[in-house]
Amino acid sequence: METFLGIDYPTLWYLVVGLLFSGYAVLEGFDYGAGSWHLFFKKDLSRRIAINAIGPLWDANQVWLIIGGGALFAGFPVMYATMLSAMYIPFMLFLLLLVLRSSAIKFRSAEKMLWWRKTWDIVYFTSNVLIAFLLGVVLGNILQGFELEENFSYKGGIFFSFLSPYAIMAGFTTLSLFMTQGAIFLLLKTEGRLHARLTFLLKKGMIFFISSFAITSLYTLIFIHGVTDKFKEQPLFFILPILAFLAVANVPRLVSKKKYFQALIFSSLTMAFLLMLVAFQLYPVLLPSTIDPTYSVTIYNAASSQKSLGIMLTMVVVGAPLLAGYLIFLYKTFNGKVQLDDTSY
Amino acid sequence: MDVEILARIQFAFTIAFHYIYPPLSIGIGLIMVIMEGLYLKTGNKQYEILTRFWLKIFAITFGIGVATGIIMEFEFGTNWAVYSRYVGDIFGSALAAEGLFAFGLESTFLGILLFGWNRVSPKVHFLSTIMVFLGSMFSAVWIVVANSWQQTPAGYHIVGEGFNARAEVTDFWAMVFNPSSVDRVIHVWQGALLAGAFLVLSVHAYYLLKGRYVEISKKAFKIALAVATIFSLTQLLSGHSSADGVAVNQPAKLAAMEGHYEKSAPADLYLFGWVDNETQEVTGIKLPGGLSFLVHQDFKAPITGLNAFPENERPGQVNAVFQFYHIMISIGMFLIALTLYASFLWWRGTLFDKKWLLHIFAFAVLLPQIANQVGWFAAEMGRQPWIVYGHLRTDEGFSQEVSANQILFSLILFLVVYAVLFLLFIYSVNKKIKHGPYDEAKNPDEFLKYV
Repeated sequence: METFLGIDYPTLWYLVVGLLFSGYAVLEGFDYGAGSWHLFFKKDLSRRIAINAIGPLWDANQVWLIIGGGALFAGFPVMYATMLSAMYIPFMLFLLLLVLRSSAIKFRSAEKMLWWRKTWDIVYFTSNVLIAFLLGVVLGNILQGFELEENFSYKGGIFFSFLSPYAIMAGFTTLSLFMTQGAIFLLLKTEGRLHARLTFLLKKGMIFFISSFAITSLYTLIFIHGVTDKFKEQPLFFILPILAFLAVANVPRLVSKKKYFQALIFSSLTMAFLLMLVAFQLYPVLLPSTIDPTYSVTIYNAASSQKSLGIMLTMVVVGAPLLAGYLIFLYKTFNGKVQLDDTSY
Repeated sequence: MDVEILARIQFAFTIAFHYIYPPLSIGIGLIMVIMEGLYLKTGNKQYEILTRFWLKIFAITFGIGVATGIIMEFEFGTNWAVYSRYVGDIFGSALAAEGLFAFGLESTFLGILLFGWNRVSPKVHFLSTIMVFLGSMFSAVWIVVANSWQQTPAGYHIVGEGFNARAEVTDFWAMVFNPSSVDRVIHVWQGALLAGAFLVLSVHAYYLLKGRYVEISKKAFKIALAVATIFSLTQLLSGHSSADGVAVNQPAKLAAMEGHYEKSAPADLYLFGWVDNETQEVTGIKLPGGLSFLVHQDFKAPITGLNAFPENERPGQVNAVFQFYHIMISIGMFLIALTLYASFLWWRGTLFDKKWLLHIFAFAVLLPQIANQVGWFAAEMGRQPWIVYGHLRTDEGFSQEVSANQILFSLILFLVVYAVLFLLFIYSVNKKIKHGPYDEAKNPDEFLKYV
């Protein structure tokens, strides 16, 4: 097997996919999170400001999902195919909610009628909450494992079995994490009374996150098979949950000092550490089989050919700096508080 | 209904709906680049007004295009899992390249294009317009490359057997430049540029007929007419080149397009007709030996017919392929005649004198859209029964774990949501057109003060 810096290609691609989905979680995390507070703002102007805070950015943030999906398809086609077809209903709902959310952003402020804006506000809020929730549900299902038989054939339930108690808890955890992230982002972008209200809401969000996170962690330790084994093998990785906890504990301190950008960095770090924890927990498995571990999807039996992975790693080396350049330019252009003008949503 | 049929209906519906929007974005994109470029070059504020007006319509089409496009990316995995495992090594890398090199470009600069008027200099804004346009063109490249590989696979080998069989890439550039990709990318690009140009023509023809925004509409109409004339003509060339490729690489598809059954005989070219798959006869108006002449420049040259292939290795819906293909060609020919005639009047200086011509342009917006849709239907149905030509059959490619009820559930949801989305699209574009580039009643000379 070919290697680069002593790391084999499938592992490198695992890191690439992990980075892409971390980027997606951090950036769309504040988009979905901001949207999940939407109905907590009472005035129409506040809601408009909240939408326009993500206005110029959300299309670019969504790119991470597109590239992440493409990277998964290209690098681990077996994982892409097995996960999406087994999780058919949650993914279809997720995709349709994305369409509804985009429509709400585009059409909400296009008319002045009160009923029109209120309807779209509800669509926007609901789709954001459910998207954030479903992402956690899918992650929870992956951690629990799928009923996979030989040849990755899925034998589990097909309609509502994805809503297991553990998956629901994981869903609340991502929702609360995104809401924390979203509130901090909005603090960075707003002023005046909306800003004051967000300071209050962020506290609620943090409490929501810490309690869901605590319950999910306990649940994971008790019910998910083999979690503790992994830490016994590699005690060094015990640092990940500690770092995640320290990062989130730092957020209230920074917010009270009005250092919102740093606070956003630290809540993003929390997400990154938690995802690294998941990645470490699973590696080299991508999708555990609950029937027999030998039927699990791993980065080795799911990977594309060495040749294909090599080509795509080259693409990433060429494309990633370009993409980073575009993003930095975009974020620099729209730095600062939201100012509504005739081009705003 | 069985899973395969439902999966195919869902895919056809979601992709056909999606394909209303990206061609418009590409086409309007080019027109905006020209308008904004003219504004920077001449300093004439009229061009800025036009750019800002078309940007509003662009924003809606682009938005719906992205929203419905994300669904496509994941639908391969949800509904076509066997296919996804089989082609991931190749098809996946084209999709990943699309995200990295094209979609990233267009989506980031879109923010600056839409909201950056007051934040960046006019030159940087113009650059963003160009970047978004280029990004959408590159998107088309990678998506069409991926689809072309399904039509004419190249640069790969098949590894494994049975369930574990899959295509692996052996030569990346041979995969990218597979026999049909260049022709088809150009054909799709031009179809998209026509879709956008005809929307611009339609809206400004409407304004001219109503006597609104006359001065700027004449300018916009001429820009779009130039684009439409050029690409109507070149589309004929790329269409011909594409058909030559189909004759070599996918003879069963070519035979279906003209309803040609005989194993090896001179083939006719139909103006229009009706194919009876039972009697294997076509009723219609034809040029005898015409297809032979187009492909081999000889009216007597034999063309491989459908009967040269076993029944289960050739397209089942011959008449549908025939009709879709002929509708596309008829529209293409009509667009050439229409744009050439209009360009002739432009040269004579009487372009805006004929009201009936403007009426035709006001409605002609639908024609490139229809041609784009039926062209794709002919291409995809003509490829059947293969999902990867010659290697994997469509009836083997769908997700084995997914039940018919699940697909029915998602299909109904798509139908409902997309119907609402389409109404919203029509409503808001119509509203923007009715409202116009600026409030003419309040500022009849809005632009004149800048000239």
